[in-house]
Amino acid sequence: MLSIKNLHASIEGTPILRGINLEVKAGEVHAIMGPNGSGKSTLASVLAGREEYEITAGEVSFKGKDLLDLSPEDRAREGVFLAFQYPVEIPGVSSTNFLRTAVNQVREYRGEDPLDAVKFLTLMKEKMKLVEMDQKLLSRALNEGFSGGEKKRNEIFQMAMLAPTLSILDETDSGLDIDALRIVSNGVNQLKSKDNATIVVTHYQRLLDYIIPDFVHVLYNGQIVKSGTKELALELEEKGYDWIKDEVNSNATV
Amino acid sequence: MSTLIKQDILVELLGNTGIGFEEARAAGKEAFQAQGLPTNKSEEYKFTAITKKIEQSIQNFASAEAFEVTADQVKANVFESYEGDVLVFANGQFLPALSSTIEGVEVALLSEKANTPLGSVAKPEKDPFCALNQSSFDAGIFISVAKKAQIQKPILLLNFFKANAGQVIQPRVWIEAGDFAEVSFINHSVNLSDTPYFVNKVVEVKGGINTQIRYYKLQNEGKNAIEVSNIETDIQKDGRFTSVNISLSGEMVRNNLSINILGSNSEGNMYGLYLLNGKTHVDNHTNVDHTVAHAESNELYKGILADSSRGVFNGKIFVRQDAQKTNAFQQNNNILLSEDAVVNTKPQLEIWADDVKCSHGCTTGQLDEEALFYLQARGIAKDQAKGLLLYAFAGEVMAHIKDESFREYCIAQVQERLGSNF
Ligand SMILES: Nc1ncnc2c1ncn2[C@@H]1O[C@H](COP(=O)(O)OP(=O)(O)OP(=O)(O)O)[C@@H](O)[C@H]1O
Ligand SMILES: [Mg+2]
Repeated sequence: MLSIKNLHASIEGTPILRGINLEVKAGEVHAIMGPNGSGKSTLASVLAGREEYEITAGEVSFKGKDLLDLSPEDRAREGVFLAFQYPVEIPGVSSTNFLRTAVNQVREYRGEDPLDAVKFLTLMKEKMKLVEMDQKLLSRALNEGFSGGEKKRNEIFQMAMLAPTLSILDETDSGLDIDALRIVSNGVNQLKSKDNATIVVTHYQRLLDYIIPDFVHVLYNGQIVKSGTKELALELEEKGYDWIKDEVNSNATV
Repeated sequence: MSTLIKQDILVELLGNTGIGFEEARAAGKEAFQAQGLPTNKSEEYKFTAITKKIEQSIQNFASAEAFEVTADQVKANVFESYEGDVLVFANGQFLPALSSTIEGVEVALLSEKANTPLGSVAKPEKDPFCALNQSSFDAGIFISVAKKAQIQKPILLLNFFKANAGQVIQPRVWIEAGDFAEVSFINHSVNLSDTPYFVNKVVEVKGGINTQIRYYKLQNEGKNAIEVSNIETDIQKDGRFTSVNISLSGEMVRNNLSINILGSNSEGNMYGLYLLNGKTHVDNHTNVDHTVAHAESNELYKGILADSSRGVFNGKIFVRQDAQKTNAFQQNNNILLSEDAVVNTKPQLEIWADDVKCSHGCTTGQLDEEALFYLQARGIAKDQAKGLLLYAFAGEVMAHIKDESFREYCIAQVQERLGSNF
């Protein structure tokens, strides 16, 4: 579904991603871990189409299409969803209005009829239940004044509404209390199918108790320096990243 | 076409003297001569070279005359589902045959109301164009709202303009409201010619005790209008005056809005939105004068500027020594959509009382790229995402329009602009 080959990206001339290779197949869950500043969010943003980053080398194909060639909105319409690490507050834009515009533009791209107000509301109610989202939040402006946890929950709610094929969750677990974590993971798991895939960026093993990854990758210094199965996450939890950094650095000096 | 020099303009304009109000006109003339037309050194007009613009565009100083307007034209320019009353004007001349009679409101030609104290609210010494209008206004209207009258529906002041190239139109409006009266006005202008012309309008609004007056103004009459507008109001005890000004087009527009708070427990509100493109230049100068204690003023002006448009905001808040316990708030926010668009914003607070709450702030920036990306990442097309964000920014001002049909009309106009031009 997603194939990243030798991806290099920089911002304002500073290289951040320095040769990423990653294959994600339908039905899989990949976890990406790694120390602060290693480039996890950059990778997520580049996949979603953030224009500030300059792609200096490499290619990304998604469902056979050149992803890097698509505008951010077309990537979303093709089925890429990024749950932001820091969801943006947008005063004055109503949550409902925003979602309805988004859902219908995605549907239009896919050749489906727009949802009328009633159908949209029904869908919204159904998905709200999934993440135990409070109706009151949706009557407010998009993310405005939401708590950290509410913003994260809203991301998963939007994901449920848009039914993406590839979801990239950038530290959606950070700042969630244990109940919220359970609810959010539960939502993610229910949306999982053999036809879609999930990339979860996280610092914490605890999330991976709920969303069980098929693969775990360590991103360090703009490269995936280690890949393994869910046991790798446990090892990282226990030992931290220093041993990996040492491994990378000693290889580099050989 | 030769360009007139300032001295000639002065003589030409003052030669336009209409009839009646000899004393007021003489006072206006004197005040105008004392001030002269603003130059590039005039502090109050330093970002708005209005004199130069008049020199370039106005060659024919004959006052534009009234002309015939049809009922169909009126109908076509009243907002959909508008249910209020309409007063129609052609180049500032009142057209009673096309206008409503309104219970509780007396409407007359100014010439029939010789005792109207013109210049007592909008003082000619404060602004040369206000003085110029007072010396040589060509047509005027007198509107008096009876004591305790509750005029539920707004009154639409529908102004048709049609001028030969370079003509001058100087309308004058006097509004007074008796104690406890409540009334809303919508000032809307329609341009029937597309030649440049100069409108120099003065509106005086004299409130009474506990009057509630709203004055909405929509400027969307085309890109050739040069317009100076002076609106000034006196607010008495327990009174409230709210102005909402929406500017969407014009060659060069200068709005002077002044609120004099003369009684306690009163409130003055000033809201403005300017949505500019092309070379449009809009200058909003507001002035609120707190002369007594326990009153409040609120001000929010927002601008979205594209192309090489120019916006000027100058907000004066004057809190006199006696005006203790004043609450005065002012905010001006701008979004620049192009590198060639410019905003000059200047809050001017002069506070002589010590126990007051005053705050002001201004921001000028680009569209929030992070927010834009967020919306795109959810599948919303970039242009539409921009429109959503800009509309959210602008909507805060339009929310202060109480009349629903007019608010909807403004929203539609703004959305159309945000969808097509930016
Ligand atoms: N706009 C920018 N200008 C310069 N450097 C940037 C910019 N954005 C990100 N970076 C740098 O890129 C590097 C990678 O950042 P990124 O946000 O991708 O890290 P991360 O792995 O997500 O970290 P965290 O775990 O803290 O979320 C960091 O060193 C960061 O400082
Ligand atoms: Mg990050």
